[in-house]
Amino acid sequence: MILTVDFGSTFTKLTAVDEKSQKIAGSARAFTTIETDIRDGFNTALSELEAIVGKVEYEEKYAASSAGGGLKMVAVGLVPELTATAARLAANNAGAKVIKTYSYELSDEECDEIHGIVPDIILLCGGTNGGNKDVIIQNAKRIAEIDGDFAVVVAGNKSASSAVMDMLKNRKAILTANVMPSFGKLDIEPAKNAIRELFINQIIEAKGISAAQKMMSYDIIPTPLAAFQAAELLSAELKGLMVVDVGGATTDVYSMADGSPTKPNAMLKGIEEPFAKRSVEGDLGLRYSMPTLIEAATVSKVAKEAGVPPEEVNNWLLRCSKDQGTLANNPKDKNIDDTLAAMAVEIGIMRHCGKVEAVYTPFGETFIQEGKDLSDINYIIGAGGPVIGSLDPAAVLSRAFATAANPFSLMPVKAKLLLDESYIFSAMGLMKKTRSELALNIMMAKLKEVG
Amino acid sequence: MSSKTLILGVIGADVHAVGNKILENAFTLAGFEVVNLGVMVSQEEFVNAAVETDAAAIVVSSLYGHGEIDCRGLREKCDEAGLSGIKLYVGGNIVVGKADFVQVEKTFKAMGYDRVYPPGASVEDAIDNFKEDLGL
Ligand code: B12
Repeated sequence: MILTVDFGSTFTKLTAVDEKSQKIAGSARAFTTIETDIRDGFNTALSELEAIVGKVEYEEKYAASSAGGGLKMVAVGLVPELTATAARLAANNAGAKVIKTYSYELSDEECDEIHGIVPDIILLCGGTNGGNKDVIIQNAKRIAEIDGDFAVVVAGNKSASSAVMDMLKNRKAILTANVMPSFGKLDIEPAKNAIRELFINQIIEAKGISAAQKMMSYDIIPTPLAAFQAAELLSAELKGLMVVDVGGATTDVYSMADGSPTKPNAMLKGIEEPFAKRSVEGDLGLRYSMPTLIEAATVSKVAKEAGVPPEEVNNWLLRCSKDQGTLANNPKDKNIDDTLAAMAVEIGIMRHCGKVEAVYTPFGETFIQEGKDLSDINYIIGAGGPVIGSLDPAAVLSRAFATAANPFSLMPVKAKLLLDESYIFSAMGLMKKTRSELALNIMMAKLKEVG
Repeated sequence: MSSKTLILGVIGADVHAVGNKILENAFTLAGFEVVNLGVMVSQEEFVNAAVETDAAAIVVSSLYGHGEIDCRGLREKCDEAGLSGIKLYVGGNIVVGKADFVQVEKTFKAMGYDRVYPPGASVEDAIDNFKEDLGL
């Protein structure tokens, strides 16, 4: 028997996996107890699990964690569309929550802001190899002056690296390969690995999870990275795949596709985004981020779609803001929550996908594409409570499709809609490196087609 | 400035791709680091690429006759982005038809271009000019 654990911000979730029958043997959860001892919540859930699967010796134990605020990061680059975007993509793919991305030389105000964010890690980039050195060196100097216990991953112009590391000599700093070694070309794996290393060696300790680490057979990784790995695993079987995971605080979108142009006369501009891409929308969520979600969707649109007067939307927002644990347990509230989940899907997917801009030349219309063209994706998987628990998940998920309202967005046109109905995504993703077949088989068996 | 990086591209909505490839080859053989942005390149793309790569010069091509409109304002955008002193070169068929080139050159120099090349200009001569300008 194999045990997977997710130390979440609220719940510690345990899943027992039986490799012989290739099935989930049982799961249990308890409140995360990071304030006292992380093991308390774990043990409570473990004895609950014991009641289901019996007292067993687990051969392998895997864990992910988003306890203690997850992996909070700040990304710093030079040009917004270039190394700053590359830095954000790298941090997202590492499973971080990127609170903010900065470009050009950091100002006093921005340094204060970073101080206030209290990041776990700052990813410092800027310049292609042999390119601009001044800005990354200056930013290293500024970052060295910011008070805080954060670590710095340096992944910029290699010609500036010794000067940058010198500026950061009194900080926890790791030097790794440039996220954009030559113009427009990304190399984000090294930065992703450096972030992972730091998470394992320092962040776990700082967040009081090291006691949990000692009980596990493998390194604890950030929960979103486990979900990322699940999507990567599935893409071997489900070619052309997107995942949308709506939560209380964020909406995470993953795409496993190369995203090259499908329009015959489209030309790709800007950086080449990676085949496996994660984006995180920190303003789209159904509880903690409900105010910003409603702001992005607009009250009038939410009200119109839900078929209720705007006051009802505002009342619901008020109630949920007072108590983040508010549950929609009558049809009226549920209707608004489901509408909000649909909006989160639509906006999250739209921001993840690339877009085209029509250019009128003397001999007709051509298109300039930025980002990934995901119009010919084949599968969309819904994850997260607000999607899975909605009354009509197919309706919520189909908001991922392109509509006439957004003609320039490269959103999916048609795709099979699937649901991570038993919430096993991150648990299975944990086993990617060691037991990929088992994890893939279970996920394939458990995914439910909707619509 | 010690950088040997040139940003190369065909500006505006211009799709003439052949000359661009030839220039990329010629400049690379001459020892430059070439960042080729290809065709249909906006002014912002030229500027952003030059900032990240610390380029010594931007080489703009325009073949389809709209060069004057497309090229206007690039110098100001460079100044704005802190690329003061970066060399700007332009060539191709930068205006419609066979306009008086002395006048054309004057116009483009006033727009902030350091060197302006007429149709049929020799690429070898241009390379010599660049090397001289950049102290290589
Ligand atoms: C092939 C071609 C096309 C093809 C392009 C295919 C492609 N994707 O490349 C197509 C059919 C798409 C096309 C379309 C058009 N074309 Co056309 N095209 C040509 C043609 C016949 C050859 C271009 C070529 O490849 N030349 C070979 C290469 C090696 O030379 P080059 O491009 O000039 O580049 C060299 C030099 O200019 C120089 N150079 C270029 N930039 C720079 C910069 C510096 C700093 C230096 C030093 C040198 C330099 O070095 C290059 C390498 O040797 C030319 C005529 C001609 N013979 O030049 C017309 C020509 C360029 N086209 C022209 C026109 C008008 C058009 C259209 C507007 C026509 C229309 N109404 O549809 C459209 C515009 C489309 C657009 N949005 O860009 C005109 C431009 C007129 C002007 N500027 O006054 C030309 C000159 C034809 C003409 N005599 O009327 N075209």
